[in-house]
Amino acid sequence: MNESCTSPVRSRFRDGLAAAWPICLGYFPIGLSLGVLAQKVGLAPWQMALMSLLVFAGSSQFIAVAMIGSGASLTAIVTTTFMVNLRHLLMSSALSVHFPGVSRRFLTLFAYGITDESFAVNMARFRQGGWNRQSALVLNQAANTTWFCSSVAGAYIGQFIPVGSLGIDYALTGMFICLLVFQLHGAVFVTTALIAAICSVAAYLWLPGNAYVIVASTLAATIGFFLKRAVRLRTLRS
Amino acid sequence: MSDGDYCILILCMGAATYLPRMLPLVALSRRRLPLWFTEWLELIPVAILSALLAPNLLAAANPRLLQLGKPELIAAAPTLLFALKTRSLAGTVIVGMFCYWGLKLVL
Repeated sequence: MNESCTSPVRSRFRDGLAAAWPICLGYFPIGLSLGVLAQKVGLAPWQMALMSLLVFAGSSQFIAVAMIGSGASLTAIVTTTFMVNLRHLLMSSALSVHFPGVSRRFLTLFAYGITDESFAVNMARFRQGGWNRQSALVLNQAANTTWFCSSVAGAYIGQFIPVGSLGIDYALTGMFICLLVFQLHGAVFVTTALIAAICSVAAYLWLPGNAYVIVASTLAATIGFFLKRAVRLRTLRS
Repeated sequence: MSDGDYCILILCMGAATYLPRMLPLVALSRRRLPLWFTEWLELIPVAILSALLAPNLLAAANPRLLQLGKPELIAAAPTLLFALKTRSLAGTVIVGMFCYWGLKLVL
């Protein structure tokens, strides 16, 4: 009897969870390895928990943990975090078209859960139709909960896993390789990736600290941008 | 790093990750970014990911030197192929870890 009155809410909740399931599955081993790495560089479980709660950004957290391990400065870590997450500006802008006239309160809450994965799934669902903001929020929060729990669990069990076991130091590299593949949307993107790789290695060898990430990525994106314009101009002319 | 310093770091990192997620969503419900900026921004993720990866695969850390044939680079080949074929994040991470682990045992 109650089923019929609560069913819209309940089904939106269930839809969100169902769509989040593959993301959660993907986050679990990554969160776990993040916690293990954090434990290895000397972070306590509460420190991992605080970071996963307030930062909630996979790549940035891995980089931050590595940078904390190598004794990087606060400015360097925060600047790198900002640069790595600049991409969310674009995702947030692209998502905004699906929230016309939605309250600021909902949006500030929803924004917290925007990640590459939740963005990709939510955008695909919105485009398919039949998706709503409540399910999208449930999806974001389910992914967040999984991330939080698995990274904190990793920080607890980290001490039982010896350094380098099961290739866990490669989890970050593996994730970046796959996220890079997700980003290759065409020839311009592949070219930009190659330019960024060359610039980055050169900058890594000649510039101190972590400046190489910022220098190489802005340079490569700018070259890629002009390349795209040049290609478009040529197609227009011909 | 002291606990206080760590909390400050996390608060700054939190702001650095939250603001880019929140500001466009709240501000751009009807407005649009200039086209050139959107197009430039579109290339940022691929550039950042590649810039982060390359030195890890192609250079030694201490001292910083070009180094070809690192196990990281060799393991990247099957990992990349797997990612291109399956587009599975969790699968790629596991395959990468497995290849790297195996290589380290052999080398």
